[in-house]
Amino acid sequence: MNAPGYFLTHLWLIPLFPLAGAVTMFFIGRHLPKSAVNFFCVGSVLLSFLHALGAVLSLFVLPPNQRFYQQILYQWVTPGPMPSAVGMVNFAADWGHLLDPLSCVMVIVVTGVGFLIHIYSMGYMAHEGGYYRFFGYMNLFMFSMLTLVLANNLVLLFVGWEGVGLCSYLLIGFYFLKKSASDAGKKAFMVNRIGDAGFLLGILLVSATFGTVRFTANGLANPAAFNGIVETLGRLVMQHQLNYGAPLFTTIALLLFVGAAGKSAQIPLYVWLPDAMEGPTPVSALIHAATMVTAGVYMVARMSAIYQLAPLAMDVVAIVGAATAIFAATMAVVQTDIKKVLAYSTVSQLGYMFLALGVGAFAAGIFHLMTHAFFKALLFLGAGSVIHSLGGEQDVRKMGALRYTIPATWITFWIGTVAIAGIPPFSGFFSKDEILGHAFNRAAMLDRYLFLWAVGLITAGLTALYMFRLLFEIFHGMSRIPVEAEGHIHESPKTMTVPLAILAFFSIVSGWLALPVLWGEESPFERFLEPSLHGVETDTGKIFFAHHGMLVELALMAASIAFALLGLWLARKLYVENPKLHARLAASWPRLHRLLLHKYYVDEIYDALFVNRVKDLSTALGLFDSKVIDGLGVDGSGWLTRAFSRISMWWDKWVVDGLVNLLGWVPKSLSMPVRMFQTGVFSTYAVFILIGLAVLLGYYGRHVQTFVRSLH
Amino acid sequence: MMPIGHYLFLSLALLLIGSFGVIARRNVIIVLMSIELILNAVNINLVAFSRYYGEVAGQVFALFIIADAAAEAAVGLGIMIAFFRNRETVLADEMDLLKW
Repeated sequence: MNAPGYFLTHLWLIPLFPLAGAVTMFFIGRHLPKSAVNFFCVGSVLLSFLHALGAVLSLFVLPPNQRFYQQILYQWVTPGPMPSAVGMVNFAADWGHLLDPLSCVMVIVVTGVGFLIHIYSMGYMAHEGGYYRFFGYMNLFMFSMLTLVLANNLVLLFVGWEGVGLCSYLLIGFYFLKKSASDAGKKAFMVNRIGDAGFLLGILLVSATFGTVRFTANGLANPAAFNGIVETLGRLVMQHQLNYGAPLFTTIALLLFVGAAGKSAQIPLYVWLPDAMEGPTPVSALIHAATMVTAGVYMVARMSAIYQLAPLAMDVVAIVGAATAIFAATMAVVQTDIKKVLAYSTVSQLGYMFLALGVGAFAAGIFHLMTHAFFKALLFLGAGSVIHSLGGEQDVRKMGALRYTIPATWITFWIGTVAIAGIPPFSGFFSKDEILGHAFNRAAMLDRYLFLWAVGLITAGLTALYMFRLLFEIFHGMSRIPVEAEGHIHESPKTMTVPLAILAFFSIVSGWLALPVLWGEESPFERFLEPSLHGVETDTGKIFFAHHGMLVELALMAASIAFALLGLWLARKLYVENPKLHARLAASWPRLHRLLLHKYYVDEIYDALFVNRVKDLSTALGLFDSKVIDGLGVDGSGWLTRAFSRISMWWDKWVVDGLVNLLGWVPKSLSMPVRMFQTGVFSTYAVFILIGLAVLLGYYGRHVQTFVRSLH
Repeated sequence: MMPIGHYLFLSLALLLIGSFGVIARRNVIIVLMSIELILNAVNINLVAFSRYYGEVAGQVFALFIIADAAAEAAVGLGIMIAFFRNRETVLADEMDLLKW
């Protein structure tokens, strides 16, 4: 193996650039002008994208089985003895990065789409307050997401996982003065906590079973000193300690899937994603469509070695994925908020990816993840451009005929719609066809997969229906824009339309990575991912795909195209040719329409079952607190103290003070007669003086008489 | 030369009139004037006995008392003015701050 070049040895720089941007914003962002914020935050993502590109290219030139590069920056959890299913091991976890074909795809999608969305945000957020705060959070998100996808072990992946959850919460609640936005942020955070609890248990079970949380020893200079999950798993299976379908594998896989379902918005934990649309639109595009929500898909693919040995868990993943796909698609059909439609569409497409993972087509799932990142980011940014040009309007019922006023947005949105609807040669067709093809091939081995395939096919039709409906309602037909808003419509600035154009380009061409499938060859994308996903060899059980002839493959493609065109035709019929028809349709099935409009009342059911029960519990605990702790404990002791002090006060007042008062009262009463002489009026005192004089004269009268007689 | 008894009678009369004024009048100004009468009764006594005994000491004493009376009147009137400013009264029976 050649010595790794600059880009591979400096892999750690990829997440570091956005972290530096985020730290800069945190400390001095408030004082920086917008141009400096752009320089730091958008520049950091550009640097990370270039480094990611360089690293991926330098990995790509290596032979397929050597496309692993792992670097350990720091031993984070230092080795310590721990009992596990493979005996006493030295458990350790690192702050280390692993670049293999799987993380290559993720890192390119995250930095590439992330960079375009950062550029777009410069235009979209130009008139918003908290500009530096927005970009600081976005850069922090980029750091967390890159840590997540580059992590070489589950614990570090969990750090990134929680980091993106935090940034998601912060950015959904970006307009935190708006109650609905801060509520949506809290909802996202709490629903994700449920999933994360399962994920954490899964990680603990993995470490207790394999004695390590590191994914693989591949790509290290000295692989023998390093326990990876894949190697340990291979040894366990080889020695028949644990076999295909062992309950332990199923438990681990299901626990990890709980986490994936939370992060990737699958039934029953999808409810937070539609509410997350309260955040700014670039956030919806980056976090809640292209990158963060696909972390669950990535994680399951990363753990594919375990999933391949747990058929029961695979079935659960596939069924949950298929159910989510069709369930969310039906809700998307009737929503009137442009971003809500796209949110349910995202949930539905994520369901597709899990369907792919569940039937064992891990590469197809990742392929759809990548194409979806391009076209869904494009659609969200296009929706953002529409909202921007209409001054904040999100209701599709108040749009229409916008193709004349904002043509650049229209063309790119149109490309995104065709791509997601699965019409060739746009990318969505290839990735969706891969998934449906694998489901069908699986069905040939096991009849029950036929149902999953059918659900996927119907969902493809529904996807085309709701996406074309959105396209037609916004850009075609008659304008329903209020007259006073009509004059302000303007095309978005270049910073917004250029990323749209680039994303549109990739929405077309990214599917061509699977072009050879058309003439019956293996998909190059799948071959590229194979080293990351091939799992472990086992003689006790395996996932089998049937191989059909060319004719069947083409028939499958024709079926999926037919369903997509059916959706297109229906949308055209209902929303362009006869705009009143869909209202009439809704009126003729009022109950179904209401059910869909209220999203199957799932939020209400969750409120009744969980949220309000938790609130009841809190109320009960609050009552306990106020009645027992405060009432009996605090108020009771207060009451006792008061009672005692009242007795003490009585004693003080009547006995102690009484004695003192008695001492004063005795001389006071004795002095009573004497006091009467003191009138305070000096005349009285003069009288007393005269009386005294008279008494003296009376007493000495004789002498006075003698004296006066003696005078002559 | 007039017999001393006349002087003593005049002095006694002034003393009694003054004493009556001090005791019975409400207006403190009049009380002060009555005190002047009493002091002058003393002065008459002193001057009369000075003549009677042919000694000058009594007359010197009378001069002292006149000075004393002037000082007393000045201080007394000063107190009264200060008092009036506070209480707005010069009536003796309304002055009972010395009580108890």
